[in-house]
Amino acid sequence: MTSRSTRPRGRPGGRRIAGSVAALALAGSLLSACGGGDDTPTLNWYVNPDGVDTFRTYAEECSTDQYDIAVQLLPASATDQRTQLARRLAAGDSSTDLMNLDPVFVAEFANAGWLQKVADDVASDITDGGDYLEGAADTVTWDDGVYALPLWANTQVLWYRKSLAEAAGLDMSQPVTWDQVIDAADKEGGTVGVQANKYEAYVVWINALMQGAGGDIVSDTEAGRDAKVDLDSQAGKDAAAVIQKLADSNAKQPDFTVSNEGTSLGQMFPASGPGEFMVNWTFVYANYKGLVGKPGGPADEQEFEDLGWARYPQTVAGEESKPPIGGIDIGVGAYSEHPDWAMEAAQCITSTEAQVDLAVNDGLMPSTNSAYEKVAATGDFPEDLLELYRTSVDEGGARPKSPFYSQISSAVQSVWHSPTSVNPDSTPQKSAEFLSQVLAGKRLL
Amino acid sequence: MTATTVAPDVKRGKRADVSDRSRAENSLGIRLVAPAIFLMLLVTAFPMLRALYLSLFNYSLTAPDERKFIGLSNYVTALTDSLFWRDTANTVLIMVVTVAIELVIGFIFAMVMHRVIFARGVIRTSILIPYGIITVVSGFAWQFAFSNSNGFVNGWLPFIGDDFNWFGQYSSGIIAIMVSEIWKTTPFMSLLLLAGLAQVSEDMLEAAKVDGATWWQRLWKVILPNMRSAIMVAVLFRALDAYRIFDNIFVMTAGAQGTESVSFLTYRQVIEQFQLGIGSALSVLLFLSVLLIAFLIVKIFRVDLAAARQEG
Repeated sequence: MTSRSTRPRGRPGGRRIAGSVAALALAGSLLSACGGGDDTPTLNWYVNPDGVDTFRTYAEECSTDQYDIAVQLLPASATDQRTQLARRLAAGDSSTDLMNLDPVFVAEFANAGWLQKVADDVASDITDGGDYLEGAADTVTWDDGVYALPLWANTQVLWYRKSLAEAAGLDMSQPVTWDQVIDAADKEGGTVGVQANKYEAYVVWINALMQGAGGDIVSDTEAGRDAKVDLDSQAGKDAAAVIQKLADSNAKQPDFTVSNEGTSLGQMFPASGPGEFMVNWTFVYANYKGLVGKPGGPADEQEFEDLGWARYPQTVAGEESKPPIGGIDIGVGAYSEHPDWAMEAAQCITSTEAQVDLAVNDGLMPSTNSAYEKVAATGDFPEDLLELYRTSVDEGGARPKSPFYSQISSAVQSVWHSPTSVNPDSTPQKSAEFLSQVLAGKRLL
Repeated sequence: MTATTVAPDVKRGKRADVSDRSRAENSLGIRLVAPAIFLMLLVTAFPMLRALYLSLFNYSLTAPDERKFIGLSNYVTALTDSLFWRDTANTVLIMVVTVAIELVIGFIFAMVMHRVIFARGVIRTSILIPYGIITVVSGFAWQFAFSNSNGFVNGWLPFIGDDFNWFGQYSSGIIAIMVSEIWKTTPFMSLLLLAGLAQVSEDMLEAAKVDGATWWQRLWKVILPNMRSAIMVAVLFRALDAYRIFDNIFVMTAGAQGTESVSFLTYRQVIEQFQLGIGSALSVLLFLSVLLIAFLIVKIFRVDLAAARQEG
């Protein structure tokens, strides 16, 4: 713009320097191209950063003379994991051989054609209801096919202080309802811990509440955009009523509207007060066990003994609750250069031994009955707790399986948040309308 | 810019001689840049046309079989959605406020860099440092600075409590984003303005001084009018840049509390939701908005880019 023809010429030395920089860069790229003389093909296994040490062990153990397995780390947040994998797969990346998938990604990725279908004999082992827990097996199916192998299965249970439940006169040997739990905490000055920030775990809560009332957020999800939106139903109203009850109650925690899996942990053994009821994932047990005598944990072993657990609360009295299901499934990339080896490796990675190691080393609970038996034999976990996990996964409810899951989840979050504004008379209806429009491509998210 | 083909001024005879040569130079120039233009078209025009094409479909990456041609429906959806207009308002607000503040601070910096007589290199370099820092990094740095657990901003500001959460509500969140943006890009503004300052002839300033003009009068009557084209270029570049703001928002709030920009909205549709159709429509709209802003600024300042080049 301001350049003139009288501009002084660049010093000749500058050109020489530029030339040598270019030469250096060229030499560098040639050198790097010569790296790696090993001819054994490498299978890349993209893992989320939970239990990575165990993953590395099994990457080594499952490597053979034919191939090596290399562990590649994904970002910490589920959204970023999904984005990174999707970008690779959408571009047909042949170096994405194995990947750890959150259950809700399976339908999205399978429908996009990014996952190898699991061979029939392996698939029927998963779905025949034998060794695999039903809730875990359900997460890997899409459109009559199996597209991943369950590795570990997560679930939520109701964690509570036995002394608090006792003082409130709540019989925890029987199934309890959300109403009972909220009333009991309110009566004794305790609190109820949930996940109600505007993020995925809030949808986990809403989904579990609706399924506990016999409904679903959406059904007929295989119809894609034409899936049936069921939010505006009695189940939706029942779910909204529970959230509203907690929001209006003294039992809600101060950070209720931004609460996540970590925020309510400190309320279980507070400096003063009776503690809390909390729905949360399986990591809670190991968390408190490791915190005995430390800040945020039980003061001593005796107080740790006061930690109780029970099945996820019922939305409607008398109707079985549907505990949330999470965990990790192993998928094989559709564009992998070595799909057969990758599938073989996936089976090795999800073996019973690997599942037991993940449970014992990292507190990530198995997806098969046989692995549960072996974990029980180690004596690391109380037997009744293991049985509670097992039945929760077996009888739990997954989130909707849909190629549009991320839109469904975001649409629900945007209407149901903040939880203090949830109203059974309007929220389910409003969110149903919004979600229908979003699925039809008529609204932005 | 596109002003390379200035029509030769035939009225002035002296110029006409040069224009013959310059015509020859121009044609040689065109031949020399042709390969580069071809490459540019390949890497810029193709994605643009592709986005234009995709924006006519209802297309999700996760459901490739359901791809459906829907004409201009995506544009109708975007333009009738309150979210789009909320984000557009945000983006315009960020653009206007940051460019205005950057213009003032950037001009002061340019004056300092222009007039400074001691430690010239050090002062010029230190003013330019923020521009050398990657936006994501500066976004994180400012996010930590504004954090209520380990930041220093709350401690420094006397009228703000130590536990004030800057990212907890819209107004303070957008201020934090704008502060980061201003800090990062003011040096760029001052660089462009410095180039303009250098064009102002010392003779004119001295003449004004002799005529008894005060410093203030010299600034407004001599310096600024003579810098108009440089200011215009600086405002234009920064406004177009600011309208596409993404990094700071992504790092600092991730769009929470309604602090989202149009770029961020587009990013979420395409990258997070995999909605290539509506996302492409949004990016086409973003492109058109940028064109519109460039057009408006050129009109407002009534500056002929070609003239600016010749005067230089």
